[in-house]
Amino acid sequence: MADVILDTPIAPAPVKPNAALRGLLRNPAVLFGGAVITIVLLMGLLAPWLGTIDPAAINPIARNKVPGAEFSIRTDTGERIKMIAAFGTDGLGRDVYSRVIYGARVSLLVGVSVAVISVAVGLFIGLLAGFFRILDAVIMRVMDGLMAIPAILLAIAMVSLFRSSVWTVIIAITVPQIPGVVRLVRSIVLSVREEPYVEAAITLGTSTPKLLWRHVLPNTIAPMIVQGTFICASAILVEAILSFLGIGVPPEIPTWGNIMAEGRQVFSLYPHNIIYPGICLALTILAVNVLGDGLRDTIDPKMAKRV
Amino acid sequence: MSMYGYLFRRLLGTIPVMLVVAVFIFLMLRLTPSDPAAILAGDAANSEQIAQIRQQLGLDQPMLQQFLIWSGRVLTGDFGESFFFKKTVASLIGERIEPTLSLATLTMALAVLIAVPLGVLAAHKHGSWIDRTVMGFSVLGFSMPSFVVAYLLIYLFAVWLGWLPVQGYQRIAEGVGGWLRGLILPSLTLSVIFVALIARMTRTSLLEVLSEDYIRTARAKGQSERKVLFRHALRNAAVPIVTVIGLGVALLIGGVIVTESVFTIPGLGRLTVDAVLARDYPTIQAVVLLFSFVYVMINLAVDMIYTVLDPRIRY
Repeated sequence: MADVILDTPIAPAPVKPNAALRGLLRNPAVLFGGAVITIVLLMGLLAPWLGTIDPAAINPIARNKVPGAEFSIRTDTGERIKMIAAFGTDGLGRDVYSRVIYGARVSLLVGVSVAVISVAVGLFIGLLAGFFRILDAVIMRVMDGLMAIPAILLAIAMVSLFRSSVWTVIIAITVPQIPGVVRLVRSIVLSVREEPYVEAAITLGTSTPKLLWRHVLPNTIAPMIVQGTFICASAILVEAILSFLGIGVPPEIPTWGNIMAEGRQVFSLYPHNIIYPGICLALTILAVNVLGDGLRDTIDPKMAKRV
Repeated sequence: MSMYGYLFRRLLGTIPVMLVVAVFIFLMLRLTPSDPAAILAGDAANSEQIAQIRQQLGLDQPMLQQFLIWSGRVLTGDFGESFFFKKTVASLIGERIEPTLSLATLTMALAVLIAVPLGVLAAHKHGSWIDRTVMGFSVLGFSMPSFVVAYLLIYLFAVWLGWLPVQGYQRIAEGVGGWLRGLILPSLTLSVIFVALIARMTRTSLLEVLSEDYIRTARAKGQSERKVLFRHALRNAAVPIVTVIGLGVALLIGGVIVTESVFTIPGLGRLTVDAVLARDYPTIQAVVLLFSFVYVMINLAVDMIYTVLDPRIRY
C-alpha cells in the first residue's frame, strides 16, 4: 500500500457538515424516524390523490360501516359510485380513511409551527437573558412561573380565551414550550460566555449583536434542532389531546384527535374510529421522538451525555 | 446551613413563582378585549348580575388595585361563583378532589411498583435483550397518547373480556371494592407514561452507581447480588429517580385531565374540561391556580426528600 503513487492532487479534507450528514445517515434512529415522518408528510401533501374522497362529505345512508364494507357515494356529476371503506365510516357516514389521510396535515402543521415558533421566541428571550444581567432576573422569574403551570393545563386555559381555530391551538401549545427553550439557551449562553474566543472577541471590541450572531448563536444550533424535534412530538400529542377533548381544532376540520373524539360514543361497537387515527398518531409521535433521540446522539453529543 | 433554614428559604422561594402564576391568570382575563365581568358571569347572566360582579371585582379601579382585591379573595379560598354550575367554585372543587386524588395516588404507586424493578432489571442485565425490551417499551410509552392506551385497555378488559367497568367512578365511601374496580383501568392507563419515565431514569442512574468502588467492595465481600442492587446501588441512585417523579407530576396533571374524560370520572380533570367547554372562567382560574400550587409544593417536597435519601446532601 505504501508504494501507491499519487499522480493526482490530494482531494481536500471533507468539510465538517458532510461528515455530520454521513453520521446522521448511519444512525438507525434517524433513518427510521426520518422515513416515517417523510411518509406522513407525503400522506398529507398528496392526500387528494391517495384514493380519498372529500373528508367532510356526510353520507347518511352509509353510517358506521365497518372497515372493508362497501358503500356508495354521489359524485359531483350526480352519479353514484361504489367504494370500499378501508377504515370504515363514522357516525355521519364520512370515510374514515380519507379523514385519517387528511388528518396528517393538521398534525404536521401544528407540530412544525409550534417547534419553529417556540424555538425562535425562546432563542430570542434566552439570548437576552443570558447576555444582559438586568433582564436575566426578571425574565427567569417569569419563566419559572410559567413552568409552574403544567403544559396541557396552560394550553387549555389559553384555548378558552379565544375563538377556536388552528392558530389558536398553535399559540396555546407554543406558550408553555417557550420557558424550556429559554432555560436551555440561557445555560448555553452562560457557558459560552466563559470561552476564551468570546473573551477575545469582547477584548477586540466586537459589538454585542455581532458577538451574539457570530459566536454565541452557532453554539445553539445543534441543541435547538434537537429540542425543536422533541417539541414537535409533544405539540402533535397536545393538539390531538385538545381536539380529542373537544376544545382544540374546530370539529369540522379532520384531525386525528377530532376523528377519535367523534368515535368515542360508539367506541365499543365500532372501534375503528379510534384505532386507525390512534395508530397513525402514536406512530408519528414515536417517529419524531426516535428522530430526536438519534439527532441528539449524533449532532449534540454533549446533551446526549447529560441525559 | 441547617435543613430548617434551607426549608424556610425554599418556601420563601415559592412565593415569587406563585405570584407570577397568579399575575398570569389574572391578566389572562383582563387582557382579552371583552368585558371581564361579562365573561366571568357567563352567557346566561343578566345585566344586574354583571353589574354586581363588576362591583365585586372593583373593575372601575386601577389594575393594581384590582389585582390586590382578587388575590386577597383567592388567599382566603374565595374563587367566586360558577354561574354554569350554580355553586361557589370552592365547594365545586371540594366535591371533585376525592376522585382525582384517588386516581393520582393509585397511578403513582402502580408506576413506582412496576417501573423501579424494571429499571433495576434492565441495569442488571445491561445490554441484554431484557434491557433492550425495557428501553424499547420506554420509548413506546412516551409516544403512546394516553387516550389511545385507554381505549386499547377498555377494549381488551371491559368490552372483550368484560372483567372491568368501561367507565364511571364509585366513591370510596360506597365500598372499597367498587372504588378500586373503577380505578384499575384509569390508573393503569395513566401509569404507562410514568413507567416509561421512571424505568428509564432508574436504569440510567443505577448504571452510573454500579461502576462505583463501593459496589465492587460489596460484591468482593460476598454480598448477594440482590442486596448489592437493592440495598447498596438503588439507595444511592434514588435522588435522580425521585427528581423525575417530582417533575412527572406535571405530566400526571395533564394525564388526569385526559383520563378522567375518557373514563367519565367526576374529578378535577373532568371539571377543567367541562369548565373550558362552558367558558366558566372562575372555575378555570381556580383549577389552574390549584394545580400549579400542587405542582410547586410537590417539587418542594421532593427537594426535602433528598436529604433523607442521601444524608451527604447538605445545604
